[in-house]
Amino acid sequence: MNALPPRPILEVDDLSRHFVTKDFFGREQHRVRAVDNVSFTVAAGETLGLVGESGSGKSTTGRLVLRLDDPTAGQIRFEGQEITGLRKQSLRAMRTRMQVVFQDPFSSLNPRMRVGDAVGEPLRAHRLTKSRAEERDRVAELFQRVGLDPRFAERFPHQFSGGQRQRIGIARAIAVRPQLIVADEPITALDVSIQAQIVNLFMDLQEEMGVAYLFIAHDLAMVRHLCHRVAVMLRGRIVEMAPTEQLFADARHPYTQALISAMPIPDPDRELLRQRIFFDGKLPPPDAALEQVTPGHWVLAA
Amino acid sequence: MAPLLDVKDLTVRFDTPNGTVHAVSGVSYSLQAGETLAVVGESGSGKSVHVLAMVGLIPKPPGRVAAGQALFEGRDLLAMPEHELRRLRGGQIGMIFQDPMSSLNPVLTVGFQIMESLRTHLGLSKAAAKKRAIELLDLVGIPEPQRRIEQYPHQFSGGMRQRAMISIGIACNPKLLIADEPTTALDVTIQAQILDLVRGLRKQLGMAIIWITHDMGVVAGLADNVQVMYGGRIQERGPARAVFHDTRSAYTYGLLKSLPEHGAPGAVQDGTRKRLVQIPGYPPDMTNPPPGDPFAPRNPFATERCQAEVPPLVQAEGAAPGHMVAAWYDLRAARGAQA
Repeated sequence: MNALPPRPILEVDDLSRHFVTKDFFGREQHRVRAVDNVSFTVAAGETLGLVGESGSGKSTTGRLVLRLDDPTAGQIRFEGQEITGLRKQSLRAMRTRMQVVFQDPFSSLNPRMRVGDAVGEPLRAHRLTKSRAEERDRVAELFQRVGLDPRFAERFPHQFSGGQRQRIGIARAIAVRPQLIVADEPITALDVSIQAQIVNLFMDLQEEMGVAYLFIAHDLAMVRHLCHRVAVMLRGRIVEMAPTEQLFADARHPYTQALISAMPIPDPDRELLRQRIFFDGKLPPPDAALEQVTPGHWVLAA
Repeated sequence: MAPLLDVKDLTVRFDTPNGTVHAVSGVSYSLQAGETLAVVGESGSGKSVHVLAMVGLIPKPPGRVAAGQALFEGRDLLAMPEHELRRLRGGQIGMIFQDPMSSLNPVLTVGFQIMESLRTHLGLSKAAAKKRAIELLDLVGIPEPQRRIEQYPHQFSGGMRQRAMISIGIACNPKLLIADEPTTALDVTIQAQILDLVRGLRKQLGMAIIWITHDMGVVAGLADNVQVMYGGRIQERGPARAVFHDTRSAYTYGLLKSLPEHGAPGAVQDGTRKRLVQIPGYPPDMTNPPPGDPFAPRNPFATERCQAEVPPLVQAEGAAPGHMVAAWYDLRAARGAQA
């Protein structure tokens, strides 16, 4: 069964973000291609996993999509609208449709603001509630929705554990009923016993609200569990992209193969038999392009 | 055979303005020469703190060792004067940590830091130390070691820095290597390389290892024995295969079950949207720990006795020798009844 809705809500075309250092005379000295010619789409209600190691450009890609950073080149269309050139006012409207969940919810919460006010803030900012009473009701509903006691709304961020804070971050993100949530390593900092809770919550919310996720992570096991499709990044490029099971069953790019084979197996017997595939570290040639090997399965030609 | 390390009733407290944190309570175990013990747990479980307390590396105050002994080759580390302990650390007891940047000195070359350890602990001459430092960097798989020893930590990549730290950790042929989440911050392919390296070194040097981690995958690939901690206490301990396949603690069981099944198709893509098994609730507040089994408030199998009374760590019934569990409930019976 494969129930992918057809129309993408996010379309990213040839997106690049280069960081250039210049010498005293303004001449280019060094160019880091943090994101280089990246293209992908996310359909409504779909989860696209973006995986790769540190420095692969996956987080930078997320920041570009959120318009927290400006691309060097390329286009991003969200719900059919080009958003790369948007100014502040039009971006504001977009932010009710696209939200973010960060790795460390603590750093994104104001320590002096009651968490109920923090969750209600986007509602006020976008004038989605008409009165304080309505906002309070809506916040209570959101707390319940993410599995927190609504009475906790009166507390401050430091009074919560990491898992609870991530729930607050998620409540804040879904307050405006977004169509897309960019989740940047949302479970990495959580205790193992809490990760499953948050992953389940992400899945439940998608089922109820039809929200799409751009799920940026490096834990391949969770990505496999949660994502419809996966894109693998290496040094700013997407080297392979496929429906999740296609990728795990038939990885074509040597880097993807190495990444999958490096996943430790939580079982001593099977771990003993695990065969590793080594990646020679060879970067894709600059002019390489993604080629479709089977429907929906793209590999960067070597 | 007398164990290399014999920990008896180790209890560690932190006195903070918000109350006393019961970080470690009555932890006892022994470690044989050459054994690899994985200590598993999450933040607040006491997995790191109990080891750091043994080697005198918790800040005092607020920390204090409230009770217990840690006999290393028969000598109590907890009663040892600081200068003797310092001689052991980096000598007979090597250490590697999660963040090499915080344990390597940024203004000294990597070579100098390895040589310093060799010269203080083994009394090597400058020339001999340099020769040995190059050998060590080569041993941990750093290419061009002659050139690399002249470089500073910032000139190393994350994986290379971790290798450099391992080379310092093993420089004096320690009998015990303490590794506190050394691969947690690394990318998965680099982690795999580091684990290969450690498995090789272990064979070559015959050292015992205490490997602190929260990653059950890493445990499976490395440990002879596993010790699972929660709320400052040992919940389960035993040979790795026994702990994985004949799990007796509800906490261990929850940890293993909450991971996506390895190799199984993803729940979203196969359309089942099967939820992960989740441990309900949140870790306990250790300034005010539960009166009984610390995991009882989150344990669906807990009995009334679990809530009230701390269970002792004892040999599990019908389990492999040395497979111990601290539980008033019988996990096998409870799971059978549930199914």
